Amino acid sequence: MSRAPSDTALWSRRSLLQAAAGLCAAACARREDDGVLRFWAMGREGEVAAQLLGAFQRENPGLRVRVEQLPWSAAHEKLLTAFAGDATPDIAQMGNTWLPELVALEALEPLDARIRGSGQVDLGDYHPGVLDTNLVDGGQYGVPWYVDTRVLFYRRDLLARAGYAEPPRDWDEWTRMLFAIKQQVGPERYALLLPLNEYEPMVALWLQQGEPLLRDGGRFGNFRSPGFARTLQFYLSMFQRRLAPGISHNEVANLWNEFARGYFSFYISGPWQMGEFRRRLPPALQSAWMTAPLPGPTGPGASIAGGSSLAIFRRSGRKAAAWKLLEFLSRPQVQRQFYGLTGDLPARRSAWADPALAQDPHARAFRDQLERVRPVPKVPEWERIATELRLVVEKVVRGELPAGAAAAELDERADRILEKRRWMLDRRAQR
Amino acid sequence: MKPARAGWLFAAPALLAIAVFFVVPVAAALLMSATDFDIYGLASLRNVRFIGLENYLQLLQRPLFWRALFNTLFFVVVGVPLSIAVSLGTALLLHSRLARFKGFFRTALFSPVVTTLAAVAVVWVFLLHTRYGLLNYALSWIGLHPIDWLGNPHWAMPAIVLLSVWKNFGYNMIILLAGLQAIPGHLYEAAQLDGAGSGAMFRHVTVPSLAPMLVMVSVLTMAGHFQLFAEPYVMTQGGPAERTVTVLYLMYEDGFKWWSLGSASSVAFVLFAFMLGFSLLQTRLTRGVAAA
Repeated sequence: MSRAPSDTALWSRRSLLQAAAGLCAAACARREDDGVLRFWAMGREGEVAAQLLGAFQRENPGLRVRVEQLPWSAAHEKLLTAFAGDATPDIAQMGNTWLPELVALEALEPLDARIRGSGQVDLGDYHPGVLDTNLVDGGQYGVPWYVDTRVLFYRRDLLARAGYAEPPRDWDEWTRMLFAIKQQVGPERYALLLPLNEYEPMVALWLQQGEPLLRDGGRFGNFRSPGFARTLQFYLSMFQRRLAPGISHNEVANLWNEFARGYFSFYISGPWQMGEFRRRLPPALQSAWMTAPLPGPTGPGASIAGGSSLAIFRRSGRKAAAWKLLEFLSRPQVQRQFYGLTGDLPARRSAWADPALAQDPHARAFRDQLERVRPVPKVPEWERIATELRLVVEKVVRGELPAGAAAAELDERADRILEKRRWMLDRRAQR
Repeated sequence: MKPARAGWLFAAPALLAIAVFFVVPVAAALLMSATDFDIYGLASLRNVRFIGLENYLQLLQRPLFWRALFNTLFFVVVGVPLSIAVSLGTALLLHSRLARFKGFFRTALFSPVVTTLAAVAVVWVFLLHTRYGLLNYALSWIGLHPIDWLGNPHWAMPAIVLLSVWKNFGYNMIILLAGLQAIPGHLYEAAQLDGAGSGAMFRHVTVPSLAPMLVMVSVLTMAGHFQLFAEPYVMTQGGPAERTVTVLYLMYEDGFKWWSLGSASSVAFVLFAFMLGFSLLQTRLTRGVAAA
């Protein structure tokens, strides 16, 4: 490097000034307004969001949008630290189940009034179960962007070999099929995979019972209920009768290889798995796998309402512009384009008329299932309680805890986790 | 200016940095461990209750804490001696006059230390696989039944120990190898003249000469082993049946997964107390060795 000394001095002075300006920018971020709308989107959605926005920019030439992309693994934490650091974006994508937590933080703007006055966001065009996940404490805090739920993925060829042409509609039929498959595949292979480190399948089956998963407005666990007892018994019977292996995802190592080998024939998963199955299963098996709605205790059953929503932050100084962007992203036309880019299932039912989606045989089960989805309890503590459910069920499957003690143990754990929430609710009631 | 004041002045920037980035956070964490700070506390400090020692009392009543403590101690008690024994063994082999291609083997044996754990974990999940794993394949040669390494609650922690020993022994190996090379050759010559065999030379020349180094290596290794986190985080996520939940893992889950920062802080201080206690015990036990 042959930089003259005076040059270096100048440089260091300039970089000092820059550093000082940077510090101020960080410190005064809230007051400084560069007129840019900040939009946080996660993972693959974040990658394609910019492509969607071309038309929006043309319609609103005075408005600039900056898409800030977060990896899914860090997104939840980023939202919370942004709240703590007073650096929340104007509008963000977020998992439906995160909304209650951010509402508890009073970080989100209720959207009811804007939705009523909107010509574009028509709540009647959304799946009611998914919409419900955005309704927290009586306010609509988000608008669904794309949806997901859990359905059955199964091997049509193995089911046919066991003597069944159609997927199951209720638990009894399903159990008979599982037994028939198990007889065909022998002791080394299984009929169903219920990974011990996943709680979603069990929660979906419990939601089918039609009872609340928490009682007294989310104050206490509801594990000592008849519905949970039925669900637990059904779930455990899969392991006791050796229809499902007592293993977790770690031991499966490669899910798609095992599915191709016929290690299991049924698996409960979400829409992202459609693309994975197409990509990762050998071509010979592409016509052999299919999806089906979840069977219920007595006929087609419910499943979990999932997906991502768009929400506007309370501290945003550009709420009107953020709402404009939200309306744009909610248009059926844009939703179809979004489906084409990501494969995410559109939240608008009218967008499902898209030929690519309407003719996709694997998406049909999702379309049917989405009419029967229910939200998980809308309390910030739910994920932690569901994790305890997974841990306790794992202990029972491994024989470390008697099945009869599970419900009481779960209620005790849930009630302990919900102690703070009860205190908060009681205090609010006194005021 | 008095020399003392000048000294303080020179040290001031560093002291200030230590105060801001170390003392203040630790004090804040100590204070936090006496509250029930959580996600609601993030919303407003009015939602935070001062609960004194309640977090610590709750922790002592939590079965998962005792499970985590047991898991961590198991890892320390089994992993530390095993890791040092493997390091010493490979260092001796590399130091041997009979060894060929020393440079190659030194690099090869050290390479696990510098590879990324996340990548290594993917390979190890397959090595440890119940049905297709190389390890179980090897076991089948000597007539042993396959072991469900990561799925069986009794074998998960031993599997983590294996991975950790393989991943980390190279570091201590290099230190011990340097120690071996520093032992003067005339000591061995003298021992040989006195008629000592290779076993006697190892016991009476190599081990005493390496003693200070072995003490340092064991203190550092133990401190590292108490902080076991990454291996279970990438391999088992604490499972099966919470058999690989360690104290640090418990703290991570409480603090950063569930945002119960109050209770997570109390876990941190309990872990600190344990490590302090063990380190004091170790220095007391090895004081005689190092001096000898």
